[in-house]
Amino acid sequence: MGGLQVMGQQLTLGELVAFIGYQGFFLMPIFMVGFIGSALSRAEASAQRIFEVIDAESDVKDKPGAAILSRLKGDVVFDNVTFRYAGMDQNVLEDVSFEATPNQTIAILGKTGSGKTSIINLIPRFYDVTKGRILVDNLDVRDVNIESLRKQIGIVLQETTLFSGTIRENIAYGRPDARIDDVIAAAKAAQAHEFIVELPEAYDALIGERGVGLSGGQKQRIAIARALLLNPRILIMDDSTSSVDAETEYKIQQALDLLRQGRTTFVIAQRISTVRNADQILLIDQGKLVGKGTHTELLKCCETYVEIMETQFGERAEWLAAVEEEVQ
Amino acid sequence: MHGPGGMGRFANIEAEKPRNRNRVIYRLLKLVLPYKWLLILSLGLVTISAASQGLSPYLIGRAIDGFISKGDAAGLGRIIVVLMVVYIVGMFANRYQIIATNQIGQNLLAELRLEVFVKIQSLSLQFLESKQAGEIMSRLVNDIEALNSFFTQALAQMIGSIFSLAGLVVAMVAIDWQLALAVLVMVPVLLLTTNWFSKMARTAFRKTRTTIGEVSANLEEELSGVKVAQAFNRTDANVRRFASVNAANRDANVNAMAVTSAFMPAMDLLSTIDMGLVAALGGYLVISGRLSVGIVVAFLQYVQNFFRPIQTVAQMWTLAQSAFAAAERVFDLLDMDPTVQDAPDAIPAARIEGFVRFEDVSFGYEKDEMVLCQASFEAKPGQTIAIVGPTGAGKSTLVSLLARLYDVTSGRVLIDGKNVRSLQQRSLRSQMGIVTQEPFLFSGTVMENIRYGRLNATDEEVYEAAKTANAFDFISRQPGGFKGEVGERGRLLSQGQRQLIAISRAVLADPRILILDEATASIDTQTEVLIQKALQKLLAGRTSFVIAHRLSTVRNADLVLVIDQGEIVERGTHKELMKMGGLYADLYNRQFYQPEADTRTGIPVLFST
Repeated sequence: MGGLQVMGQQLTLGELVAFIGYQGFFLMPIFMVGFIGSALSRAEASAQRIFEVIDAESDVKDKPGAAILSRLKGDVVFDNVTFRYAGMDQNVLEDVSFEATPNQTIAILGKTGSGKTSIINLIPRFYDVTKGRILVDNLDVRDVNIESLRKQIGIVLQETTLFSGTIRENIAYGRPDARIDDVIAAAKAAQAHEFIVELPEAYDALIGERGVGLSGGQKQRIAIARALLLNPRILIMDDSTSSVDAETEYKIQQALDLLRQGRTTFVIAQRISTVRNADQILLIDQGKLVGKGTHTELLKCCETYVEIMETQFGERAEWLAAVEEEVQ
Repeated sequence: MHGPGGMGRFANIEAEKPRNRNRVIYRLLKLVLPYKWLLILSLGLVTISAASQGLSPYLIGRAIDGFISKGDAAGLGRIIVVLMVVYIVGMFANRYQIIATNQIGQNLLAELRLEVFVKIQSLSLQFLESKQAGEIMSRLVNDIEALNSFFTQALAQMIGSIFSLAGLVVAMVAIDWQLALAVLVMVPVLLLTTNWFSKMARTAFRKTRTTIGEVSANLEEELSGVKVAQAFNRTDANVRRFASVNAANRDANVNAMAVTSAFMPAMDLLSTIDMGLVAALGGYLVISGRLSVGIVVAFLQYVQNFFRPIQTVAQMWTLAQSAFAAAERVFDLLDMDPTVQDAPDAIPAARIEGFVRFEDVSFGYEKDEMVLCQASFEAKPGQTIAIVGPTGAGKSTLVSLLARLYDVTSGRVLIDGKNVRSLQQRSLRSQMGIVTQEPFLFSGTVMENIRYGRLNATDEEVYEAAKTANAFDFISRQPGGFKGEVGERGRLLSQGQRQLIAISRAVLADPRILILDEATASIDTQTEVLIQKALQKLLAGRTSFVIAHRLSTVRNADLVLVIDQGEIVERGTHKELMKMGGLYADLYNRQFYQPEADTRTGIPVLFST
């Protein structure tokens, strides 16, 4: 084509060479447009999802002028509390009322999915109640500054979450400015000091993906130390221990017992000893409080309680009986 | 004509060098040997493709000199047809070359993968369970992937590029050596520039990788731990921390882009300079009448065609190095010796009665560090032996030696009076059942997983085994029943359910010797009861070794072995050991530790320890 034009004198040879060059520059951008088109539509969809997250409002917020809580005595009252998750049409908790006086241990007992976890989630205001109210030292939790409330609540759950960083940072998670002496004291009380000092870098050992691996029992004890350091007035915990050997379990239970002393404590109970020693047992079934009282009281009056004790502790009860026979 | 950011793709690969490149290449070539015809085909095709690359600019030059400048339209038409044919043949040759090379590469890769798989099955547990093995295995996955990307992307392109370069050089030198020199003089500059950019880009991209790693680790951690963060009032501090890693990643990316964005313009600059060189020298030669215009135009094309393959080879070289290093590690694994091997005169084990005897058995993973010391004991057919002791005492080692997952360092393990080393592993293990704490399920149906215990079992037998193991009811309630999928590693089932499946498997296998590692993890009480009852049935009538965590197990055992620091320190029945008041009594008391006797409720204390 170009060749013919050159021969017909419409085009110089130089122009032809130039055009061959242009051809290359021209095709590339055309290919690019095709690529970019599909990338653009993917980006649009992703951006939309991201904006949704950014625009989401937090339901739990400080009221304007919310009061800063001073040091709590530890009185906790549930006053006809009903709770359901936003967008669900079934109540998780229905009309639950009880009072915990300072330094009491409250064991919460019930089947999986009965609403035990909801009760403990409502106290530090992870969620707000749907109806009714929760009072700490006679103040509605919705009227107080969230930070000042959570500062006085310690939480130790079976699923231990630690963060990457040093052991010291993890123990001081709730009090980043804590002195090392305080951190060590908390670790000692939580039966964690012993294994920590055996690590190559002791309290400065990194944990998490790039650091040392800790066993489940060790993580749990660090979480206990973390809660201890906070010296909370209200303690929320789960007394089960996951896959640990007898020795470790013994240590963890000791640490938990220590942690519990002198605080209002809510325990999701998995152990018979916890239930028996509790000042008050809350028996939850399908979101309702079906029994309230001490072990003795509930054994006498509450059939569901006896039933749950049997299914939950049946096997162990047999062993306990066996032990008794052994001892005699 | 380069894609934008062509540098980034290769800069993202960590450069690694094999220890002994020639040996690796030699071994890879040996693996290619079975495909020599494909290889010859591939090389033939690549030669054709290279020839077409060398030929076409020359034809353009001919078109200008021979026809356009002389006004021969018919001749121009003919040469354009020839040119088209050369292009098309070259394109097809290139395409089939890529296919052929890939076929070789994929065959080779599949073979390597199979060899690795076979090897791993034969390697000793001692190696596989070591930490070092974990690292090797995880690298192996990456290594095979590196080889895969080398074979699918780099190899064909590299071979193609090298041949193109050869074709172009031959053509250029044949046409005019002076102009050829003008083109080639830029090659060292080009290589140095590419090399310099690669280094810069790799450093820059390494930074982006580590920073994005921090961003996503931080994000994941904070999202999963948000409850704790809220509870401890750490949300503000966490936001600040995230903001700083986020900013670091932004800066690293901007920096990497700045480096790579300069690469293509730099290449273009070099190629323009080279073209200028060719144009100047060519122009001079044309003016002085020693060269035709067509040849100069052809050489301008050569410059363009020449730059791309050089860059490809330079960049692919990194990829090739990494692939060789990967191949080297794969070969290292393949060269490893399995430690537990059948003796040449090993005999198949007859039906096992279940008489087990350890005679002064010692074992260590390392020669000077014994995990088990001088262990001796005897188990009679049908007995249940409970093994207890602190974590790391050597309990698992003891049962592993029984199954001959490892060989003893000294002493003998006898089954029915025969040394396990004199028996064929297959015949021995087929009569042993192992139920571990974390039973391993394979992705597939429940039925397939139970049948794993005995592959030729009928459906009826599988149902029966599930019934005996108390698993039938829950399986029937599962969506899909026995035909339901268990998911990868059985993750669609709870831990308790996985155990019940594993017990069904053992029931179906009906082993003569059973090894059981009791679960310590909390399983919901109802499933726990089912498991206990199923285990009682499973233990009956066979010699069983149980790593015990439950009181009921130790109480019912015929013999309890207490292991501490690799030694059997106490032995006897539960009652005898309790009377002894030693380590066993101590462990036992702690396991059933209760904080304090309850005096407040006034209920008589059920027990005290």
